[in-house]
Amino acid sequence: MSSASAPAVSAPAISVRALVKEYKSVRAVDGITFDVMPGGVTALLGGNGAGKTTTIAMLLGALLPTSGSVHMLGHDMARDRFRALQRMNFSSPYVDLPKKLTVRENLRIYGRLYGVPALEKRIAQLAEELDLGEFIDRGLGKLSAGQQTRASLAKSLVNAPELLLLDEPTASLDPDTADRIRAYLQDYCKRTGMTILLASHNMKEVERLCDNVLMMKRGRIVDRGNPAELVARYGRKDMEEVFLDVARGTSAAAPAPHHPDPESPEGEAA
Amino acid sequence: MMPQGSLSRIYAVWLRHFYILSRSAPRLLEIMYWPSVQMVLWGFVSRFFAARGGADMATLDVALGTLLGAVMLWDILFRTQVGLSIAYLEEIWARNMGHLFVSPLRPGEWMCAIMLVSLCRALVGAIPAALLAVPFYGFSVFDMGLPLLLFFFNLVFMGWWLGLLITAMLVKAGPGAESLAWMTTFALAPFCAVYYTPDVLPLWMQQVGQAFPALHVFEGLRALTMRGEFIPHYMWTAFGLNLVYMAIGAAVLGWAFNDARRHGTLLQAGE
Repeated sequence: MSSASAPAVSAPAISVRALVKEYKSVRAVDGITFDVMPGGVTALLGGNGAGKTTTIAMLLGALLPTSGSVHMLGHDMARDRFRALQRMNFSSPYVDLPKKLTVRENLRIYGRLYGVPALEKRIAQLAEELDLGEFIDRGLGKLSAGQQTRASLAKSLVNAPELLLLDEPTASLDPDTADRIRAYLQDYCKRTGMTILLASHNMKEVERLCDNVLMMKRGRIVDRGNPAELVARYGRKDMEEVFLDVARGTSAAAPAPHHPDPESPEGEAA
Repeated sequence: MMPQGSLSRIYAVWLRHFYILSRSAPRLLEIMYWPSVQMVLWGFVSRFFAARGGADMATLDVALGTLLGAVMLWDILFRTQVGLSIAYLEEIWARNMGHLFVSPLRPGEWMCAIMLVSLCRALVGAIPAALLAVPFYGFSVFDMGLPLLLFFFNLVFMGWWLGLLITAMLVKAGPGAESLAWMTTFALAPFCAVYYTPDVLPLWMQQVGQAFPALHVFEGLRALTMRGEFIPHYMWTAFGLNLVYMAIGAAVLGWAFNDARRHGTLLQAGE
């Protein structure tokens, strides 16, 4: 699943160059550049206000950058975003699906929006894999947080995306449900080769799922690497401590000695 | 011709609103309730004035036909506009914008879909009211024949472009400006000479009113109900104006969406 092991010739699933977003006097994203190679899980980490959500919104085409470029699955999001959006999907606990509709109705609607062939079969498949059967015909608003998360995940997989953007996929879930979601995502990626970019505050989740990490602070990418490397380089015992070091600026460790630059020939940042 | 993918996405948005409406008796009732109540109320009002004025039966029929036709057709315009704006507000209330507009759904497809939704909502409200007028007053709006279709579609068009412009304002100003969806069309009613001829208006209001397709539609309606004469000129003028305003409405809403993407308000809508 490691993107580091992906062939050097394959095109990045996500390619971001000198991306900037300014709101009046605030520079929410400050010239970030990175690539995410196909087939891996990459985490976008940072404290509140680091610029993760703004970055994800630009990757999805929901927010226009002030400058810089975003290519998703080879499509320039400034000119050709709908072709990319057809092949990707998104899930966030902070963006709801219509709660008055049942899970099945939501999946039918989004399945049609994404032009999914044999839609009812795909819904049945997702219902089985994500164990939605018990509540698939119930209103989304009547479900528990865990059930809603599974429904939202089903929506995000309805078009069998090649690229999935997840914003805190296990936020507010109990440990058991969160663990099941992580296991499912891990298994799904292994089976399908789907690429995931994941924003999370849960460092255990990052250690378990991700083979690459981009660490953001004040709109910039301040470090990157795989979790094991980062832990070793910072001389810490886990990603939680690395995160605190980066967020508080208390690290004695220098950032990556060689910041891989995607523009350089050997560059394969994430 | 529209590609298959576009039709599927338009159908998906229509389906989303169909699911909501078809299972909510209060919503359906609300859509049907006001047009029917208005029709019954205005029918009695016109009877009252015609009878007190000593009008004979023929005059009473003309008065009823003119007033009830105007009430029903004005309601078509109003319901179409409100239906379109509500289709947007439904997404805001459901906090669903962040999913909808990161899907392959194009803004133009979404506009087509919500126009279709608003047309359905208007029909659900208008048909029971029109049918109810038959037993109550012996008046059938369907007796107008083909001209009724022309009046109807011209007013639907006007409801659409008004709805697009109001939705653009909602996108720009946020859901706090929700009352715009209900107020705006009413503010135009005096200019559109719905229940009277334009010559009762002050000159400046007559001049402003000429810019609205509805004024020409209602002039056409009165020519038909009062003189039995269908004047195509009114319909062509209304249609031409509608075409221009539709293009403006779609462009303004498209601009509002892009502006929301620039300022990051698209994903936050509803919060």
